Amino acid sequence: MKVGVIVFPGSNCDQDAYHAFRDNLKQPVELIWHQETDLKGVDLVVLPGGFSYGDYLRTGAIARFAPIMRSVEKFARSGKLVLGICNGFQVLCEAGLLPGALVRNAGLKFVCRYVNLRVENAETALTAHCRVGQVLRIPIAHGDGCYVCDEESYEQLSRNRQVLFRYGEADGRITLDSNPNGSMDNIAGIANERFNVFGMMPHPERATEKLLGSADGRLLLSSLIESVINGARTGA
Amino acid sequence: MAETTLHRELGLNDSEYARIQSIMGREPTLTELGMFSVMWSEHCGYKYSRPILSLFRRYREAQEKGALENAGITPLDNQFGIVMKMESHNHPSAVEPYQGAATGVGGILRDIFTMGARPIANLNSLRFGPLDDAHNRYLFERVVAGIGDYGNCVGVPTVAGEIYFHRCYSGNPLVNAMAVGLVPLSHIASAKAEGIGNLVLYVGSSTGKDGIQGASFASVEIGPDSESKRPNVQMGDPFMEKLLIEATLEALATGAITGIQDMGAAGLTCSTCETAAKACTGMVIDIQKVPRREANMTPFEVMLSESQERMLCIVQKGEEDKVSRVFTKWGLQAAIIGKVTGDGFIRVMDGDQEAACIPARALTDQCPTYHLDAAQPAYLSELTSLDPLNYSEPDSYEDVLLRLLNQPSIADKSWVTQQYDSMVQTQSAYLPGADAAVLRIHGTKRGIALKVDGNARYCFLDPYVGAQVAVAEAARNVVCVGARPAAVTDCLNFANPEKTETFWQFQRAVEGIAAACDVLETPVISGNVSFYNETQEFGPIYPTPTIGMLGILDDIHNRCDARFCQEGNPILLLRSDSDPTGGLGGSEYLAVVHEIEAGRPPAIDLAAEKRLHQLLLTLIQQKLLVSAHDCSDGGLAVCLAEKAMLGRIGASILLRSIDFDNLPPSAIFFGETQSRIVVSVRSESYIKMLEQIADQYQVKAQWIGTVGGGRLRLSLDGKEIVNLPLETMERRWRTAIPNWMDGAETQSVLKAV
Repeated sequence: MKVGVIVFPGSNCDQDAYHAFRDNLKQPVELIWHQETDLKGVDLVVLPGGFSYGDYLRTGAIARFAPIMRSVEKFARSGKLVLGICNGFQVLCEAGLLPGALVRNAGLKFVCRYVNLRVENAETALTAHCRVGQVLRIPIAHGDGCYVCDEESYEQLSRNRQVLFRYGEADGRITLDSNPNGSMDNIAGIANERFNVFGMMPHPERATEKLLGSADGRLLLSSLIESVINGARTGA
Repeated sequence: MAETTLHRELGLNDSEYARIQSIMGREPTLTELGMFSVMWSEHCGYKYSRPILSLFRRYREAQEKGALENAGITPLDNQFGIVMKMESHNHPSAVEPYQGAATGVGGILRDIFTMGARPIANLNSLRFGPLDDAHNRYLFERVVAGIGDYGNCVGVPTVAGEIYFHRCYSGNPLVNAMAVGLVPLSHIASAKAEGIGNLVLYVGSSTGKDGIQGASFASVEIGPDSESKRPNVQMGDPFMEKLLIEATLEALATGAITGIQDMGAAGLTCSTCETAAKACTGMVIDIQKVPRREANMTPFEVMLSESQERMLCIVQKGEEDKVSRVFTKWGLQAAIIGKVTGDGFIRVMDGDQEAACIPARALTDQCPTYHLDAAQPAYLSELTSLDPLNYSEPDSYEDVLLRLLNQPSIADKSWVTQQYDSMVQTQSAYLPGADAAVLRIHGTKRGIALKVDGNARYCFLDPYVGAQVAVAEAARNVVCVGARPAAVTDCLNFANPEKTETFWQFQRAVEGIAAACDVLETPVISGNVSFYNETQEFGPIYPTPTIGMLGILDDIHNRCDARFCQEGNPILLLRSDSDPTGGLGGSEYLAVVHEIEAGRPPAIDLAAEKRLHQLLLTLIQQKLLVSAHDCSDGGLAVCLAEKAMLGRIGASILLRSIDFDNLPPSAIFFGETQSRIVVSVRSESYIKMLEQIADQYQVKAQWIGTVGGGRLRLSLDGKEIVNLPLETMERRWRTAIPNWMDGAETQSVLKAV
């Protein structure tokens, strides 16, 4: 089992993901430079948060053309596990590995705070350690986190239970007020059709130790690790 | 050759010009004159403030040894040091708030990683005019956006800050940015151009015409033509800065860089002459080799440009490829523009033509120093003779408390802090809203606490006491989270120092800071002075020294939260206070309820304050406290309300006026008496113990009530004067700023030039 964290110029949560996997989940983890093409035999690829290439054109729009992304696409198409967090989610959408797009927050401002995430599907590699309806307390920090997609994709996401997390209240109710960015149907995280590529705006790597306020993110990262170890790469 | 009046246009007076002629032994060229004008500005040369700043011991010692660096260092343990500095970006933010604030963050971060330190935290201290004015709202909104967008993108968390609103800042907001870094003590980089023949490497963004003479602009008052200075404001590129941080730290690790300095104020001029002067060397550079953003730039423009995200590295000869490779890997340009010489001169070539040739030390050490006259302001005797206890008591104390909670200066600042990424780098144990931010240091069990503080109204009424209170309160804040106060950085914001009354304020404030830092054993390790903060329309700002405080937690697990936690917990007031007027002078209460800013500011006994700190640290280390929060703006009542709202649990407080010198209720509940901390403990059995320990420190530990319920109830001598549901208080406290900002028209309202 080895985790690979991709480093784009402007990534700034790469070290956080590295630290979470190495020190808190005690897994071998390696940083992989964007200009490389070799994924070095990793079993799980993480695209971290940040502002790849300054997000100057459109979030994630330039990063998807980085040399390493061709290997990541191949890796994903072979059914292996990929997790995109925040900017990583944006890159995966730009790369076409996940449906939809992330646009400017409805409030037009960057938002950094803890949110409550309701788990919508617990039969995936990312959520196997959770229960449906469980509420996770995990922080967000983004300016472009409003998830949107066309009607057809939305229909498919719903039908296949590809929506993994929704923003909600502490008691799990899904309300307008609990949505920090105006995302469609309070969507906070999704999976692709094969359930091996995951994208989420909240930062599970920031919630892996009590010292920092929450360890709920460990449930997600440990689910992924166990999935790799068990070789169980599909769910739903 | 320079015209006779040109030097005045560049901000140099006639005697300074004569001094330049005498140093040079000839007429300076235009480029030379420009270089002198920026280096001899107050902003770079500290020509007015230097004699006073020598009151700070570390500064004096560093100056005497020629060892002033970009920022100051405090050891964390025997392996790591904490680097920190605060700097103003007031003038640029007044005319272009977004870029002004953003580049303030960028500039202060460069001061940190120039020392070889990885930036781990941003803080800021902000002052604006009242939010009922659309232009002030515009400045507030854009400054916050500028700070957020820059800090968020570079991946350095913004962990704490302070924000005040007062009419004296209308048109002249204060934007003080502070940055903190972590450096292995064995790898501190220096801003010295050592080694004759070593190469001068220019790194980062290209040089453009932006920010030319920004340092000189910062050294005059803001006037009606300041809008035309917008081209003097630099443009920030946080993505470039992020690359520069990573590449610089990686390049320093090669060991091939002997000296490094960022290009901030006065750009290439400052970085070349300061590094050479410090090493007693010289430097020759060719501006043709400087990467440029536009064609046809004159030597004057290249030398004075303040384009952002640029660094100057001195590289060991023969190792240049090794260093360049690192920068290239990060997609940055690195150009050799010259070399270190032994003649002590900064020679600027434009191809074959010599554009400037100045002794490096003439630009730095020979900057004239002025001993300005100081005179106590005329307003003081009248204002301070007023007795704040002479005013009528309010009809409703509940109404007063709700009004105070609704003041933007006191109200919840989430509208601001949520726009900042406060958690990146996964070290933030206490987020914005706590008494002080607490960061763990990865790989150790230590933590640091950080806070900025200042109270301009106190300083207006007595700059000496006001400045001491600022230091004491910042220290008290880090103590409240369990950290030992360790060091101070300051940002000294004042009006025009050439006016005797302003200079008196400056001098008294510095004396106050120096005295407080001596007693509290928190040396001033770095800082910045910003003068000329005044406008024709609104006059001078109040004297506003802001204090950035570093505290150290030897074990981050021994920390303490501000909020009430549990039903039934006894509440105690720890006090080593002494204030006959009950701290009403210069209080928020007096300003809001009676619309008066007068009286003497709260008195402070620094030795007693220090004992209070030692007591609190002992209690926290022995894990005897559930919560701790100090009394500051709005007094005891606001302190209790905050503890209740943060913990979402109420409290019942029972006081006797006899314990408070029989002061009136307004003074007991809203007076801002210093050296007070409200704590809660687990059970009744702790009360006696606390009293005994407090006694050893000559601090009074006084039981004042109990945590519980959903309301805040305050009684005095058996009579309940406040009984408010938490929701009612919280609504006023949480919506004060959003109501102004999201409800109002905040779009650009730039006044016509």
